[in-house]
Amino acid sequence: MSLNLERSSKWMEGSGPQADIVISSRIRLARNLKGMPFPNLMNESQEAKVIRQVSQAIRSPMLFQAVGELQLQPLRELSPLERLILVEKHLISPDLAEAEGNKAVILRDDEAVSIMVNEEDHLRLQCLLPALMLHEAWRLADATDDALENELDFAFDQERGYLTACPTNVGTGLRASAMLHLPALVLTKQAGPVLAALAKVGVAVRGLYGEGTEAQGNIFQVSNQITLGRTEEEIINNLSAVTVQLADQEREARQLVHRQNRWQLEDRVGRAYGVLTNARILSSQEALQLLSDVRLGVELKILCDLDQRLLNQLMIRIQPAYLQLATGKEMTSFERDVRRATMVRELLTEK
Amino acid sequence: MLCERCHERSASVHVTRIINGDKTELYLCQECAREIQPQLNFSIPKFLAGLLDYDPGLEVKAAPKVEHCRECGLTYEQFHQTGRLGCPDCYHYLAPRLDPLIRRIQGSSHHRGKVPRRAGGNLRVRREIESLRAQLQQLVAQEEFEKAAQIRDRIRNMEGRLGEQGVQS
Repeated sequence: MSLNLERSSKWMEGSGPQADIVISSRIRLARNLKGMPFPNLMNESQEAKVIRQVSQAIRSPMLFQAVGELQLQPLRELSPLERLILVEKHLISPDLAEAEGNKAVILRDDEAVSIMVNEEDHLRLQCLLPALMLHEAWRLADATDDALENELDFAFDQERGYLTACPTNVGTGLRASAMLHLPALVLTKQAGPVLAALAKVGVAVRGLYGEGTEAQGNIFQVSNQITLGRTEEEIINNLSAVTVQLADQEREARQLVHRQNRWQLEDRVGRAYGVLTNARILSSQEALQLLSDVRLGVELKILCDLDQRLLNQLMIRIQPAYLQLATGKEMTSFERDVRRATMVRELLTEK
Repeated sequence: MLCERCHERSASVHVTRIINGDKTELYLCQECAREIQPQLNFSIPKFLAGLLDYDPGLEVKAAPKVEHCRECGLTYEQFHQTGRLGCPDCYHYLAPRLDPLIRRIQGSSHHRGKVPRRAGGNLRVRREIESLRAQLQQLVAQEEFEKAAQIRDRIRNMEGRLGEQGVQS
């Protein structure tokens, strides 16, 4: 089996509700098999057993009917570089990429459906769609989960719901999250207070690559904190409402900045585009910041003829592992910066 | 380059801090980086496990007897250190100490979400009966007696099925 790591993912499409601000929507469900210790206490043969059961389950007709064809990829068969690309594409966690033992990832061709096997829980099912489509992602995850449950015995308790390795996920096992681009809130220094207020409504905020990462390129992830005592619909409705609110605030801030500091803003966008299309050395951090400025320019119609989809793809393509895969060799950080600049220049100016 | 904090040793660590959206970048030596490290070294599992130590004072109870899971052998101490449980049965065997923690972090202890078709036992049916009862009340209030009678029959039917299954869950 060959894994096409260079393909684009569904979420990169860049179209859908609130696509000017919301980059992607994700639903994650944690599930465990009955009568088996959680992965942190499993030995390799138990891990292999889980993989065997799951790989059988994904070949069932009901699952095929629900979500189409899924492919299982043992992580052992992948090089460290290939695993890092899966992290950069938000398909597996950094922890899973580094883990020893029998781990696997299951992917649908468009990468909208993926399942981590033997991460913190036996199964971490994820549905990732473009723009604000949390409800659609939930429907997809729900159907996949139903089909999996038809084949596998999940650990479930009538009082506590789905049982998970960490009590922070127990109950629904649901983590819903949205990735937002909030440059104007950052520019007007509102991001701090606005995001801090979210904690009060049970919403957590993180950077581009999840837990413990900083907000690079003005991209923030919001997700629900509580998984027990509410229905999936309630959790998703709450997060959707928060996301729409944030998007409204951001839109207002954009208009304000554009009205009050029009020339400064247009200058900033123009310069960012100028640097991206002419630089010869680009670090990933600088590239992300400039891409954020250009994205804002596109959304405010300061820049025309640029496609959101291309910007989404660039966000992943400029990441270190992806860059090395595309070049076909390992590179020093300086070589990467040169290669990154060339790639960005070519992709932005071709047409 | 010299460390920006002590201005003595040479800098070898690059630290980025974001406070209220303002980003500061520091180039530090190993020693200074380690000194400011604690705030960068936050572990969620440990933080959670730490919550267990919190005792509001009034709830002084005798320490529960069962301190390990009889299925996988995980001790409460181990959970305390890692924040990870060992197996689904830990929820049962460690319940006396785990349930208060769950209520504290989740604000609730009762699952209201999805129920799996097979592993859910009769919970699915019970939930459905609950929602039918609510419908029944509404229909009666609206004086839609014919529809109400249909719902009532469905409820009886389902309750009958539950009865046959006994109290198993």
